[in-house]
Formats: sequence, structure tokens, C-alpha cells
Amino acid sequence: MADHTEIRIRNITKTFPARNSGALTALENISLDITAGQFLALVGPSGCGKSTLLDLIAGLTSPTSGELTIGGRPVTGPGLDRGVVFQQYALFPWRTAQANIEFGLEVKGVPRRRRAERAREMLALVGLTAFADRYPHELSGGMRQRVAIARSLAYEPEVLLMDEPYAALDAQTREALQEDLLSIWRRTGTTVLFITHSIEEAVYLGQRVAVMTARPGRIKRIVDIELPDSGGGDPRSTPEFVRYRREIWELLHDEVRKAFETQGSGYVAGKAVTASV
Amino acid sequence: MSETTIAVIDQPAGRAGTPAGGGPELPVPGRAPLRRAGRLLGSGVRRIVAIAAFLALWQIAPTVGWVDRAFLSPLSEVLDTWWGLAVGGDLWTNIWASLHRSLTGFVIAISIAVPLGLLIAWYRAVAGVLSPLLAIFLNTAAVALLPVFTLILGIGDTSKIAIIAYACFWPVLYNTISGARDVDPLLIKSARSLGLPHIKLFVKVIVPAALPTIFTGIRLAGAGSMLVLITTEYVGAKAGLGYMIISAQFNFQIPEMYAGILTVSIIGVAFNYLLLFIESKVLRWRA
Repeated sequence: MADHTEIRIRNITKTFPARNSGALTALENISLDITAGQFLALVGPSGCGKSTLLDLIAGLTSPTSGELTIGGRPVTGPGLDRGVVFQQYALFPWRTAQANIEFGLEVKGVPRRRRAERAREMLALVGLTAFADRYPHELSGGMRQRVAIARSLAYEPEVLLMDEPYAALDAQTREALQEDLLSIWRRTGTTVLFITHSIEEAVYLGQRVAVMTARPGRIKRIVDIELPDSGGGDPRSTPEFVRYRREIWELLHDEVRKAFETQGSGYVAGKAVTASV
Repeated sequence: MSETTIAVIDQPAGRAGTPAGGGPELPVPGRAPLRRAGRLLGSGVRRIVAIAAFLALWQIAPTVGWVDRAFLSPLSEVLDTWWGLAVGGDLWTNIWASLHRSLTGFVIAISIAVPLGLLIAWYRAVAGVLSPLLAIFLNTAAVALLPVFTLILGIGDTSKIAIIAYACFWPVLYNTISGARDVDPLLIKSARSLGLPHIKLFVKVIVPAALPTIFTGIRLAGAGSMLVLITTEYVGAKAGLGYMIISAQFNFQIPEMYAGILTVSIIGVAFNYLLLFIESKVLRWRA
């Protein structure tokens, strides 16, 4: 694997203005490197700032302090070097599957014919060739998410950012899409940051799993996942998988409890946050 | 008034949805076409039965003497009169005069209100400030301003077209603004994540996302245009369906009066269906 860092996050802090005239620290002093072509899964208790981190990398918001570079270039705004896949698909309902996939290519200024060609390739990649002319409301949830992934991959971003993309899907569809994603990732070599609240999903997909703390979000630990070749069987049933899952569960357990407690006493939490700024 | 408007709009909207939903080539088992034809026939009968009963009652009630023929002419007599007016050409003169007024006002209103609404929505703060005022205009019966229009523009076609345009303007403007403001934030976020510049975001995301709401405004305007049209023609006109109805009543030509009302009803329904048809073509993507 190439040894250059694709996403470099250095001491990023993000605060939001809060209602009681203080400030809310969503992310505190986050540092994280993701090398090119790596698949990193990010888990953390709800409200810990996972999505905020993704928004920062996507260039949708800017950090309060710290440094953020993609491929050596500082992030100043959104761009086609990154693709974002959201939990709720975010497909344009007035566009067919094919036209949705072409959207990013239009923005990029790809000529019409090349666009259509590329969109068909992507539909084939996610196994939806027969559904090119369907509108989103005519597709199942799993199909919609595959279209959304194809849309993000179509313009060949260096980085794919995925924000709990499978959280709204049923278990079978979710597993099928996880496998799809791994095989697409192996073929395209795209760098992937995958946010999830499922430990199992993180261990199954990620080469590394980053665990975040409760708010204010920090990186608690990064676990390297090395699963042995399961020989075509389900890697989820290997003892290594179970061990990783337990390790991450333990890392998360305290944080989830902490998050629960702070959310349960908003006033105290607000004061504590103000004091820490 | 608004309640009946909504009822009128709702019923055909449901109808327009059904064939569109069956449109995409879904796999159909062998006997299904027959069954589908049967179902279509069944729903056709169901749709007609209430109207048929109403028309029958209209025919029977004055004939049998349940109501005074002097006030309600039987349907057959109304249709006879209608046919006479149609052959004589008077009817067409009046229809043309009315359609000319209402369509001109309607088109003027849409062509100003849609771009203006999008522009206002573009400046979010402006939209926020203007909304309460717009709600007042929207909910002030347009015909209340008829004397004002007559005062300024006289009694001719200009003032009639102007007040129709005025009445159509508000629902279209209001719905355009709210449609463009209430676009799913996730769609905007998703488009923004691609680095889409502002103006393209507007053209490629906000306008198409707002179209269904804009069409709601247009259909409300369509119904409103007919209402205001007839009212203005009651007050002072030398041609038009409203004029035809009111002058027939003055001269106690009751079948003529009902023939006029029937025509207004047919044109109103036809206009609403035409708008629904255009909407279903433009918004083919809708569930």
C-alpha cells in the first residue's frame, strides 16, 4: 500500500454557539491520518460529533481551529475530490437512477455522451443496469443507497465519506451492501471513511476502526483490524472477529454511558462545556 | 370557498395518480389485463354514478313538481336551450370573451409570480419578512378590491384582466416562495457537498424541488381565476359567461341562465383537468 497520507487531520476543534450564550464543543483536538486507499471505520456514541467530523472533511463546515488537508491540499470548501453518501440517500426524486448518477459528472463538466456511458458503467458496478430509468420512489431502500454510492463514485473522488449509510436498511440488505462496498473498494482503491454506530459493521468493513469519546468528541483509540482469510466462510464467525468486536465494545461502553449521563442532565453538561472552553 | 376548492382539486388529483402509477412496465400475469380492464370499468362506473344521480334529480325534480319550474328548469330544457345558443353562435362569443379575460390574467400572473417568488426565496431574509404580508394578501378576497380596480382602470377588459391577474398572483407567489424555501435540506447538503455553485444549486436543485408546490399554487390560481372572472362579468360587461348568466336572470330567461351556469361548470372542470394533465406530464417523477 502506498505510504502517503490522503486525509490528514491535525488538532481539529469545532465549537458551535450554544443556546445559553456559551459554546458547545463538538470536537476537541482531533488528530487522525488516513492513508490513500485505506478503509477506516469510525464508531462513537451518538452525539459525539462523528457527523460533524465528516462535514468538516467534506468541506461543508470549517473547523474552529486545527488543520485539515486532503492529498496535501488544505480543505477550503466542498469539492469533487470527495464524495459523500448520506444515511437518507439524498437522491434527487425528479431524476432517474441514471440521471442521479450523472449529476456529479454534470457538475464536473463531463460531456453528455461520456456522462451517459459512465453512468451505465456505474449502474453495472452496483448491479442496477435494469433500473436505469426508474425514479427513486420506484426503488427499494437498498437500491436507492446503491444508486447513491454509484453517484458518488461516478466522478472518481479520491475519498468516499459515508455517514451511517446503511443504518436505515434491514439486516439482509445491509449485509449484501457491505459485501458490495468491499468489492467496489477493492476494485477502485478509493480511500473510505465510514461512519457507523454498529461495531460489527465497523470490524467487518474497516482496516482500522477509530473509536471516539462522548462529547466533546476525541479519538479514544484506533484499532487495526487484521482478520485471517476465512476461506470463503463468514469472517464474522471467526474468533478474531469476536475478539475485535469485544475490544471495541469495551472501548465504547464507558463512552456510551458517559454520553447517556450528560444528555440526561443538560444543565450541568452545558456548564461543564462552558467551563472547558 | 377554500374548502370547496380543495375538494375539487383533491378528487381528480387522486385519479390522475392512478394511471401514472400503473404506467411503468411492471410484469403482469396473463389474466391481469382483463382484470385491470374490469377494475377500470368498475371505477369508471363508480365515478359517474353520483353525477348521473344528480343530473337525474335535476331532470325529475322540476318535471314532477318537487320544485317550481320557474326557478329550476329541467335538465332537458337547459340542454335544448344550450344547443340553440351553441348553434346560434352566441354561446361561443361569450365563451371566447370569458376565456380571453381569464387566461390572459392567469398567464400574466404566473409569468410574474413564479420568477418573483423564486427571487424572493433566494433571499431567505426577505422571504421571512414578506411572508406575513403575503399571507394577508392571500387571504383577502380579491373581489373585495373590485371597486378599487374599477376606480382606477374603469369598467372595461383591462380592469377585469387586471383583477383576475391580481387574484391569481398571490397563491402562485406564496406557493413558489414556500416551495423554494422548504426544499429538503439534505438534498441541498448533498448538492453542496459536490461543490455546486450557488446559481447552479438554484437551477438544478431548488427549482425542480419546488415545482410540485408551485403547481399547487397554479391550480389554486386556476380555480380563483374562474371565480373572479364570473364576478367581474356580473358587475359590468357586454359579453362573457357571467354577463350571459346575469342578463338571462334579469330577463327571466331561466333556461338560458342555467345553460350559462352549466357552461361555467364544464369549463371550470375542464380547466382543472388540463392543469392536472400538464402537472402529471411535468412531474412524471412523482409517486
